[in-house]
Amino acid sequence: MEITFEHVTHSYDANSPMANLGLDDVSLKIDDKKFTAIVGQTGSGKSTLVRHINALLKPTSGKLTVGDRVITSETNNKNLKPLRKKVGMVFQFPESQLFEETVEKDIMFGPMNFGFSESDAKDAAHEMIELVGLSKDYLQKSPFDLSGGQMRRVAIAGVLASNPETIILDEPTAGLDPVGRHEIMDLFKNLQSKGRTIILITHNMDDVANYADEMAVMSQGKLVASGLPSDVFNNQDLLKNDLLTLPQSAQFAQSLAQKYFQFNKLPITIDELSAEIKQQVNGD
Amino acid sequence: MNKLIMGRYLPGDSLIYQLDPRGKFLLTFYFVGIVFLANNVASYVFLMAFVLFAVYLSKINFGFFIKGLRPIFWLILFTVLLQLFFTPSSHPIWHWGFLTLSKEGMVIASYIFVRFVLIIFISTLLTLTTTPIEISDSIESILKPLKKVNFPVTQVALMLSIALRFVPLLVDETTKIMDAQRARGVDFGEGGLIKRIKSFVPILIPLFVSSFSIAYDLAIAMESRGYKDGEGRSKYRVLKWSKRDNITVLVMLAVTIILLFIRSY
Repeated sequence: MEITFEHVTHSYDANSPMANLGLDDVSLKIDDKKFTAIVGQTGSGKSTLVRHINALLKPTSGKLTVGDRVITSETNNKNLKPLRKKVGMVFQFPESQLFEETVEKDIMFGPMNFGFSESDAKDAAHEMIELVGLSKDYLQKSPFDLSGGQMRRVAIAGVLASNPETIILDEPTAGLDPVGRHEIMDLFKNLQSKGRTIILITHNMDDVANYADEMAVMSQGKLVASGLPSDVFNNQDLLKNDLLTLPQSAQFAQSLAQKYFQFNKLPITIDELSAEIKQQVNGD
Repeated sequence: MNKLIMGRYLPGDSLIYQLDPRGKFLLTFYFVGIVFLANNVASYVFLMAFVLFAVYLSKINFGFFIKGLRPIFWLILFTVLLQLFFTPSSHPIWHWGFLTLSKEGMVIASYIFVRFVLIIFISTLLTLTTTPIEISDSIESILKPLKKVNFPVTQVALMLSIALRFVPLLVDETTKIMDAQRARGVDFGEGGLIKRIKSFVPILIPLFVSSFSIAYDLAIAMESRGYKDGEGRSKYRVLKWSKRDNITVLVMLAVTIILLFIRSY
């Protein structure tokens, strides 16, 4: 689904002396079927931004369009289910949302709320548990008997089970081990290739470089940059003002550039980096 | 969830903020007590004038006090209506079945209303100008004499400050879990009563689970930093009783005397 923010401002505690701007006049277009990464320091408004997409928050002013739905400050709280079915959201530390007696029931919870029949929901649970890398044996266990990483996978399965068109991920890999992180990120990339729109909030610039098609940079409630990762990571203003850090490959290239090497544009992935080095070494 | 004004501190700096929290705490309770001494129009007007003066001194926007009334609006309305229509009288203005409207009923109803407003305003004043931690420090200080009878004052104070400290945290956690379940298609406040009650299970269970894990982590963190309660612990926040606190007590005494005078007048 295409998502368009038009001059969206969101103020927390509006009409009180403690009012503060969560979002300040953000205009952004998130393309259909693309993998978009949103980065920015803690408190920069990333989570506030994505919570608008399934109307958990509504703009104080401005409007956004999600597929064919328009959300403004006047949007009614009723009848949001169709929107929330289309926009799945994996929150930070989603394992805290588990509550059912068994893993199977917990994964079925979302689909059942969205009107799946019991047998369809069950099928979805059986499909999703394997998709997130756990065996079907886990379905009958209590979610509270699992390890943290396994709980995370179950929670993600619970969101994916409703078959959303757009998937929002708020730091889905925070606190996971490197192997688990790659598995989860590959899973999302895979879902994108099956036609889903993915929106990822992250602090990990390597994930942005390796997985994202587009990126947006937030700072203090404002959108400060957006575009292709290869362009954004070459934006010197952002780097100078500490609004962005570089992926490892780009950092490596920067160090190389101090001696012998020259890069017109910093490579951001390992593949790009090695190709550049190869070319420059052989080329001379 | 954020609409609750009572029990919410508002940063600021005015005379009321600078008063010793122990004095503020005790005098608030004292004032709530003497509100019940008022028995005629003049005495209620006098108490209202005093409270409004205190509110003025706090330099806090009056709107916050009005908001403080909101959570118990229905309770006030119910009590006032009850007094209004059920006060027995020999000269009813209006009469229908078991309902009676009379002059006495109206007077009592308005007294009750003013009483509610006074109590809410003064306690809102306390909580808006005093941090929860100051309140728990005051309670510890006030309870100190009970140590003589082996009452565990420090433990109680610690429990209290931990509880207070974790209220905002749990509110955040609740909001977060509610959002997560909403994203999974839960509609809070929709459907019949049973359905509504059921929709809270997906919030309560995660909330209990995370509260227990937070409590466990906190206990470990405190032990690893060598926490031991009881004798010899010095205070980080020292409460200081000053001249203006003496003056406040004197003002409150004067209010009591004037009130007693108006009452018997």
